[in-house]
Amino acid sequence: MSGRVLVGVKRVIDYAVKIRVKPDHSGVVTEGVKHSMNPFCEIAVEEAVKMKEKKLIKEVVVVSCGPQQVQETIRTALAMGADRGIHVEVLAKDYESLGPLQVSKIMAALAKKEEAQLIILGKQAIDGDCNQTGQMTAALLDWSQGTFASEVTLEGGQVKVVREIDGGLETIKINTPAVLTADLRLNTPRYATLPNIMKAKKKKIANVKPVDLGVELTSKLEVLRVDEPPQRQAGVKVETVDDLVGKLKEAGRI
Amino acid sequence: MAASRGLCFGLARLGARMGRSRPPLTHRRGVSSCIDPSHGLTEEQKEFQKVAFDFAANEMAPHMAEWDQKELFPVETMRRAAQLGFGGIYVQPDVGGSGLSRLDTSVIFEALSTGCVSTTAYISIHNMCVWMIDTFGSAEQREKFCPDLCLMEKFASYCLTEPGSGSDAASLSTSAQLKGDHYILNGSKAFISGGGDTDVYVVMCRTGGKGPKGISCLVVEKGTPGLNFGKKEMKMGWNSQPTRAVIFEDCAVPVANRLGMEGQGFNIAMRGLNGGRINIASCSLGAAHACVQLARDHLLVRKQFGETLSNNQFLQFKLAEMATKLVASRLLVRQAATALQENRSDAASLCAMAKLFATDECFSICNQALQMHGGYGYLKDYAVQQFVRDIRVHQILEGTNEVMRMIVSRNLLSEI
Repeated sequence: MSGRVLVGVKRVIDYAVKIRVKPDHSGVVTEGVKHSMNPFCEIAVEEAVKMKEKKLIKEVVVVSCGPQQVQETIRTALAMGADRGIHVEVLAKDYESLGPLQVSKIMAALAKKEEAQLIILGKQAIDGDCNQTGQMTAALLDWSQGTFASEVTLEGGQVKVVREIDGGLETIKINTPAVLTADLRLNTPRYATLPNIMKAKKKKIANVKPVDLGVELTSKLEVLRVDEPPQRQAGVKVETVDDLVGKLKEAGRI
Repeated sequence: MAASRGLCFGLARLGARMGRSRPPLTHRRGVSSCIDPSHGLTEEQKEFQKVAFDFAANEMAPHMAEWDQKELFPVETMRRAAQLGFGGIYVQPDVGGSGLSRLDTSVIFEALSTGCVSTTAYISIHNMCVWMIDTFGSAEQREKFCPDLCLMEKFASYCLTEPGSGSDAASLSTSAQLKGDHYILNGSKAFISGGGDTDVYVVMCRTGGKGPKGISCLVVEKGTPGLNFGKKEMKMGWNSQPTRAVIFEDCAVPVANRLGMEGQGFNIAMRGLNGGRINIASCSLGAAHACVQLARDHLLVRKQFGETLSNNQFLQFKLAEMATKLVASRLLVRQAATALQENRSDAASLCAMAKLFATDECFSICNQALQMHGGYGYLKDYAVQQFVRDIRVHQILEGTNEVMRMIVSRNLLSEI
């Protein structure tokens, strides 16, 4: 067992920012907008660092795919306690079409290269909301997956995962190597401390190109148009339950 | 996409990480504005700033009103801040400090202050005391006091002012008579921040003749017989830190607790204050920054005469002036911090100028922000009045702004 955990982190528009659609409807405005680490990725990093502090694993390697700016996100993860980083360089124009399928191929290739025993990802990114990368990565590697994890316990060569599902909480036991995706309640990410921010400067970030990993980035998906959600309409007041049933039938809801 | 973000992400996470549902002040717009405090900083400084802003938004801002109204000294919150390295920011790492520069420190206090001015100001006073022990203390003194102080296991107070000597600090009269291997202290200090609740008192007292050369610096620990405290003062602001008189009645302090040489005390006190002035000015910057954003948000929401206040040219211009004065103050404070770090010959004067300018301008900014809120600005439901009350004292302590003028004019008019 290498004792190595790979954590994927994504640089996204900060959760608190008001999103604006570009005038040409090709996407959202990202130029000059505040970005930070995807909140679920922060939770993933925290979980890996906690495992290392408990001496359950030996090394936390944090990975991010994208242009130069993603190095800031990797540095934040290093300041939280990750040991080293890997920046998979994706040029700005390719980054537009980079989706879960491409990222999962990259993660799978890196997991093999780094001989990782665990991959921890956020359950989804708050920009794409795809909730696919973890699952696809597990499928490509033919590894077990424990998704929507709200509690993770390493037990020898297995992982006990409590998953948040529609019906409540589901507990499963899966073999390693495995892919885990972090849900909201898995942990509360730590603040980076001042000393750790300074130590992070000395930690290494390796640069890798997708082509070196044998991954082809072309996407078969094309974004046709991006629009704001419809403005919330005023409601209609009804007098009786019969009126309500009538209106719902009219609107085709029942 | 915009709608699903809210659903999936959930307020639970926001609730856990932040005490309220409003995002931190700096982040709402997303696009950086002319007053963005991260302009011109290194990547590393931006990281420090981010931690400080996050801590302020999550751990301080939700409680700042309660701490003020109930006059609570937020020990646990400050200890959490110390865990992140905020207890001894410019103290050397070998005794538990973070070893950062004065500029890094200014950036951090400015950010923390947006969460609660009073608490941040106390943290800065604590930092000043730890630095004094770190810089002027012997190896034993540094080992004994600094590690606990950096972690805020113990808290510190700076004792210079007396009922009879404020601006004329060198005329202080608390006496320290040498008797064997102890100094016997008699006298009292006034307006001591943290007094009565803190553990370590850095006290300037008279061991020799008149004037500054007769003053030494002693570290007095709580619990020493003869160390007493006056009643807790009721103040206009700074209510999250207790303020009391510190009274010495035949209080015996070991000679081993003296920092530096006899007669060096005044110099130690003034060296401490140079940094202290930058810190206090930085706290004012944070308050003003928060108030400019509060005012801006209010102007965009409040309507009178059929349109939002933001369409009113007088208010637009007023906001622009506030922003300009804020950035000017910030630049001067940061420049002073750099000068102090580099030990430049103009450092002391620049610190005085920065303290004078920033505390005055930022008070004016906060006051105008209150005015822009109209009647609402006067209510304690709105944070702006607390910023005004809290930073008013920055124009008075750590050397009144009148004394700052003395320092600057002396530098200009001296024959040397």
